[in-house]
Amino acid sequence: MAVVETRDLVKHFGKVGAVNGVNLEVREAEFLVILGPSGCGKTTLMRMIAGLEKPTSGRIFIGGQEVTRLPPRDRKIAMVFQSYALYPHMTVFENISFPLRARREPQAEIHNKVESAATLLGIERLLERHPRQLSGGERQRVALCRALVKEPQVMLLDEPLSNLDAKLRATARDELLRFQRRTSITTIFVTHDQIEAMGMGDRIVVMNAGKVRQIGTPHEIYHDSQDIFVSTFLGSPGMNLIDLNDFQVGFRPEQFVPKQVADRRNEVREFSFHVNRIEYLGADRLLYGQVEEFGEDSLVIARLPEAMDVPITAEQTYEFGVSRKDLRFFNRETGKRIEPQDF
Amino acid sequence: MEQSAELQKTSTSFNLRYLADSEGVLGGIFLFPALAYIIGLVAVPFFVAIAFSLSDVTVGDTSLDFVGLRNFQNIIRTPQFRRALLNTVLFTVISQFFIILLANILAVVLAQDFHGKWLARMLIMMPWATPIALGTIGWKWLFDSKFSTFDWLLVKLGLLGAPDALLGPGLHMTFLGREYLAMASVILVHIWRTLPLAAVILMAGLTSIDRELIDQAEVDGASFWRIHMQVKIPLVLPILYIALLFGLIFTFTDMTVVFILTRGGPVYYTQVLSVWAYFKGIDGGSLNEGAAIALFLFPVLLAVAILLLKTARRMEVR
Repeated sequence: MAVVETRDLVKHFGKVGAVNGVNLEVREAEFLVILGPSGCGKTTLMRMIAGLEKPTSGRIFIGGQEVTRLPPRDRKIAMVFQSYALYPHMTVFENISFPLRARREPQAEIHNKVESAATLLGIERLLERHPRQLSGGERQRVALCRALVKEPQVMLLDEPLSNLDAKLRATARDELLRFQRRTSITTIFVTHDQIEAMGMGDRIVVMNAGKVRQIGTPHEIYHDSQDIFVSTFLGSPGMNLIDLNDFQVGFRPEQFVPKQVADRRNEVREFSFHVNRIEYLGADRLLYGQVEEFGEDSLVIARLPEAMDVPITAEQTYEFGVSRKDLRFFNRETGKRIEPQDF
Repeated sequence: MEQSAELQKTSTSFNLRYLADSEGVLGGIFLFPALAYIIGLVAVPFFVAIAFSLSDVTVGDTSLDFVGLRNFQNIIRTPQFRRALLNTVLFTVISQFFIILLANILAVVLAQDFHGKWLARMLIMMPWATPIALGTIGWKWLFDSKFSTFDWLLVKLGLLGAPDALLGPGLHMTFLGREYLAMASVILVHIWRTLPLAAVILMAGLTSIDRELIDQAEVDGASFWRIHMQVKIPLVLPILYIALLFGLIFTFTDMTVVFILTRGGPVYYTQVLSVWAYFKGIDGGSLNEGAAIALFLFPVLLAVAILLLKTARRMEVR
């Protein structure tokens, strides 16, 4: 049974539609990532699940109970905001115990719960400090601890890693994921960072313009993208698209390789690739150029790992190829995936 | 030699061109009006008052002869002064208490979204925008011993003017003619005129709180009151302290309301230090005792100001 379910959820701010009919089912103990560019409605969706925004229409269920009209305190949820939103005038202990005090739990119980949660996150020694005395990573753990101590049915995380510096982010990601596996709390994680989404999500919900474009495992949404938006949004750079008369054909930059290294076990579609410019990125080389048979406008990018030791220079033409099984076809009007075409 | 003269010339024009860029010169120019104002209208009168309070100067005898603290001893002995001191403290503490309380309520109400919000905001700011003397004269009419609107209203409501009415059988309350009622009236008018500023300061503070903190508190399950008392108020406390500080000093030193409404009466039941200092020093001609009365609370106010500023600063750091 779904822990969180939304049915035809819609939210308008005045005339602007932020969320346009979202149906979502979050499974027990799942780590679900909502991924999309800024302004796609992902945060609004999460705030509606939390009860911080009232939906214009549609219904929300948490744990089988309809919560659409309930205030946040009557939904069994916890939330971690982007800024961590620690109360600056309270100590770490007071911060973590705030939800319990709001529920008027007995003192002794509060102490026990805070201490066991703090031990789980390894922040016992920080309990007397104030938030300003903590590093970014410590703040994140305190915020998680405050969410955990409520024993929520669902944990909502709104871009909690984006305030950390790049070095810390990788470890924080790992820590967060291990924490979720250990506690098995159903988690909804909102982000615009596809690396976070791919690396952490059991399933990913890709959103754009207030609509869900695709839901699936990271592997499914990357290799089996259902429309043009998803296939070009994911990957860096995103999928190459070539505009043909009746449809569009796409392939990922890393699947576009020199003919001599292409996988011979599959049938390969060959192209003459004119390289305009080479970007050297350390682990990879990005080659920018055109496929000659489709003319000047057919800009494509190839990503060659550094280990693929093929000499390439700019302003030369090479024979490249893509396995036919890696070609994706899309309807030009609707942007939807279609059956493989002859080409 | 010629070369050196050339160099001299360029360097002079250089200096003139960049005169406005020199912080020393520009700073001095910009600071001058403020400095002149403070020295002329604050510092000089302040030291003159100190000199007066330690001398035997009066309107009739303008020579300054040092008499030590005799003026202070003299004024403390008079019952009028002691009553004025008590009244000043009561006036200040009671009105500040209600101002802070009501400002909280107003700030919360005005932060909500409702129809006609701009009108409500404008009406609430009116007392502050009205000239104080004019507003107080209006109140004086409302409190008038014969034609009071409040009397009329109370009679209409059956609370006054009937044999068994709650407030007595007479037709008039004589608000400004009775000991406690007069004090209450003075306090009411003062609250009326100071509340808008306090409410606006507090509202600014409340709206500057990070929205995510309030959202977080809501998700954490806190009720409206818990959010207000345990999250919002602690976060605006530095601002609240500053508002309180201004309120205290403003009320301690204010003379308009009492002067216009009651002139300290009936008898001296609503007399406050600032008005008493004026009556004694200017009307009565005892410049020395007037100055002593006016300066009497200076050390207390100074201590309060330092304390509040320090507290506010300490809380801001965290």
